[in-house]
Amino acid sequence: MRGRLDELRGPVPPRAHDARAIAALAANPGCARRAVLDAAGVDKDLTARHVGFPAPFGQSQFAITRGNVFEALVKENGCAELLRLLRELLGLPIAQVGYQDVESVGSHLRHSHTRALIDRAAREGDDAAVFYDHPLLSLRIAGQTSYLEPDVVAFQVGGRFHIVEIKSFAVIDGQAEPEKVAAAARQAAVYVLALRALLADLGHDPERVSHDVVLVCPENFANRPVATLVDVRRQLAVLRRQLDRMTRVDHLVEELPPGITFDLAPDSEGTPTRPAREVAGALRQVPARYAPDCLSTCDMCMFCRDEARCGGSTDQLGRQVRDQLGGVLGVDEALALAEGAAEPAEGQEEIAQLLRLAHRLREECLG
Amino acid sequence: MSTLTALARLKAVRDGTAQRITTVRHCHLAPRPMVFVPLQLAGEALAPLGAMVGADPDHPRLLVVPQPRNRDLRFAFAAELAEVLLPYVEGFAKTTETVERRGGDPYERCLDAPQILVPNRSAAAFAGLLGRSTRFRRADGPYPVHPSVPLLGRWLTYFADRSRRPGSCLMMSMTEALSAHWATGQSALEDANLAALVGWIDPPAGMDGRRAAEEAEDPLLWPPAGPATDPGFDNEVLGPAVRAYEEAPTARAVERVAQALRTQLEPTWRLMWRAVELLRALPEGSRVAGRWETDRGSFTRFLELVAEGGPPQARRDGAVGAAARLAALERARASYDVQRAYDDPLVMAEYRLTGEAFTGTVVSADPENTEGEGRSRKLRPLVTVRTADPARLTPGAVLGSPDRRGHAAEVVEVDGDEITLKVTKGMGRGKVAAPGAVPEPGERVTYTTLTDDFQSSAALPEPERTPWTHGGPPEEYVPDDDDAREEWS
Repeated sequence: MRGRLDELRGPVPPRAHDARAIAALAANPGCARRAVLDAAGVDKDLTARHVGFPAPFGQSQFAITRGNVFEALVKENGCAELLRLLRELLGLPIAQVGYQDVESVGSHLRHSHTRALIDRAAREGDDAAVFYDHPLLSLRIAGQTSYLEPDVVAFQVGGRFHIVEIKSFAVIDGQAEPEKVAAAARQAAVYVLALRALLADLGHDPERVSHDVVLVCPENFANRPVATLVDVRRQLAVLRRQLDRMTRVDHLVEELPPGITFDLAPDSEGTPTRPAREVAGALRQVPARYAPDCLSTCDMCMFCRDEARCGGSTDQLGRQVRDQLGGVLGVDEALALAEGAAEPAEGQEEIAQLLRLAHRLREECLG
Repeated sequence: MSTLTALARLKAVRDGTAQRITTVRHCHLAPRPMVFVPLQLAGEALAPLGAMVGADPDHPRLLVVPQPRNRDLRFAFAAELAEVLLPYVEGFAKTTETVERRGGDPYERCLDAPQILVPNRSAAAFAGLLGRSTRFRRADGPYPVHPSVPLLGRWLTYFADRSRRPGSCLMMSMTEALSAHWATGQSALEDANLAALVGWIDPPAGMDGRRAAEEAEDPLLWPPAGPATDPGFDNEVLGPAVRAYEEAPTARAVERVAQALRTQLEPTWRLMWRAVELLRALPEGSRVAGRWETDRGSFTRFLELVAEGGPPQARRDGAVGAAARLAALERARASYDVQRAYDDPLVMAEYRLTGEAFTGTVVSADPENTEGEGRSRKLRPLVTVRTADPARLTPGAVLGSPDRRGHAAEVVEVDGDEITLKVTKGMGRGKVAAPGAVPEPGERVTYTTLTDDFQSSAALPEPERTPWTHGGPPEEYVPDDDDAREEWS
């Protein structure tokens, strides 16, 4: 299986998933194209660019700067500000607060060092509250290890670990933008899962990682941070289900035609040399499930949107429209049923009748 | 989304142009609206970057914040915006009409009200946040601001609040207004791009809607309508311009930022006025004026509240206030939906599709039919309508009709495609029905179970009697110095 996935990707190292990418997997679980590309560790961003459909994602330097400044503020002086917040939120004792910067050991050792520190903390379980800054966790996805970097893991008395997620969107009068909170919760759920996996691996009770994550955001219009507990149980459940599916990606791969590959044949500079048409052809052999939501989460979105449009699929109009069409998948097919140019196939009688009536009403009102 | 709108989207895909989903315009359009296109700095909670604002399409006012992280410049931006917005708003206070009320004192209502048009929902949210960050400020005390700033804050808060109310047109998001009248061949998510939406509705000559919308997605051709800016613009144009201002805050440096912002705002400014023309070309629905009257009443009351020197809107509603707000929004939504259906056969068609309304031809009528004997004898004309619509009605259902105001009927019998009704209201006071009050054979009629009956507001306690289950009586909100001094970094 591993060999087949390597073949699909070509002779480049697999792209690791970060938490955001793993969370995005859960957004569109039915998409075989994404599942296969991710399992094989294909560089989707580069692939989309190469076939002429770059994703419309970009990040403003202003947003990046602001995010970094805020994170630095929360973490400065050994997470002093964070400590103040958590004391109130979780009731941390005032005495004995430790701070461990895992990054101090150098990047190649970070994961094993994190492992050792967490193991010790879980074993000793004394009163000391410790912050672990820059920990490196891992999660196995479809046979491949992804390394994840949560902002901070806080360890607390009572032996419970909390994931701390620092975000720079504002909480104004106790309210934040729901989409941003949802995205942060999905991402934090990935870390909770990874930390639980680590504890289980070390022989500790994985439930010692709390499903309440600590979300730290600026309050109102100032830079002062405020902490809130966010329950991510629902996100965890969704994520687990999706990751289980991912491990069954073998079936998807088995069904692919032999010899298919997404290899971009990069030259020594990393520039793809394989004709874009060939790559696009290979991509089209794996069915996608495009939805307009992909436009904000997946690097392949513009390619799949174009495909949905060229193929006349109703996917391009969004799930709300699809839901109204009772399983009729093509634009032309639905219109033919509505206009009486086609006879409904078995099982389509009801939707055909509704579409015909809708067509008659439109004609009557606009005629 | 209804099947009717879904079908319209399919047709838009095939024909390459947006399809009408209404026959009339359901929003008020002021003769002189004010267009407001704000931009904000990425990553910040609320850092105004600039705006284009004004009521004259040919002479927009460009507001610029050359260093968006500078607090003083932000307040200067607010003061400058107030300079444009407040005279426009207050200009409507001058002419009023006296409204007589049954069982109440007559009151004054402004003859017209301001209308502020913003590109999209996020721009309306921006206005709300700008209102929130400025309404508690004070012209005196430790951090004095220009006296117009807190006033602007209260007005922006008011407008942003109203923009969430179905049917209100005091502050309107253009993408929402256009999407309420046209279905495009793309998803609702993509319709949030104003340039793409206008491209579908009114593509340039020699181009179909699909192509125009695709072109509109290129931020170099069509900068985003804000408040978020294109990241490429931030990194390549705005960043260096702001840094240049940082190093030397000269008039030239300000002009450089202004020039950069102009390139981002001008296309949207023109689009906004094109969209105004597109909407204006639609005939206005008959109940639009009535809803605007409600807006005028609300505007007048807020104007009085400000004049009386009431405190700025609280940060959050108390329990009673929140319940009242929710109930009002629900009533506005229900009433707006019904009114649109009554005004527009194409909207009514959605209810015909689901069986909540039907249109048909009167096959027989008995205008003199009565019920009861003696003094309780009542005129109950019978009308039988044949319809091809899949009406789902049961005897006893109460129906209204867009054909006749004040008319009501009850379903007596449903027999195949024939529905027999008895008329219960709207016949006048005479022994026989007023002329024209009862549909005649051959007439085409529409009936529906939707009715816009007056709904009284929910019975809620006075705020000072808030029960303990809801936190007890809330502390009265008194803005303090901390509010006025709140950080804005």
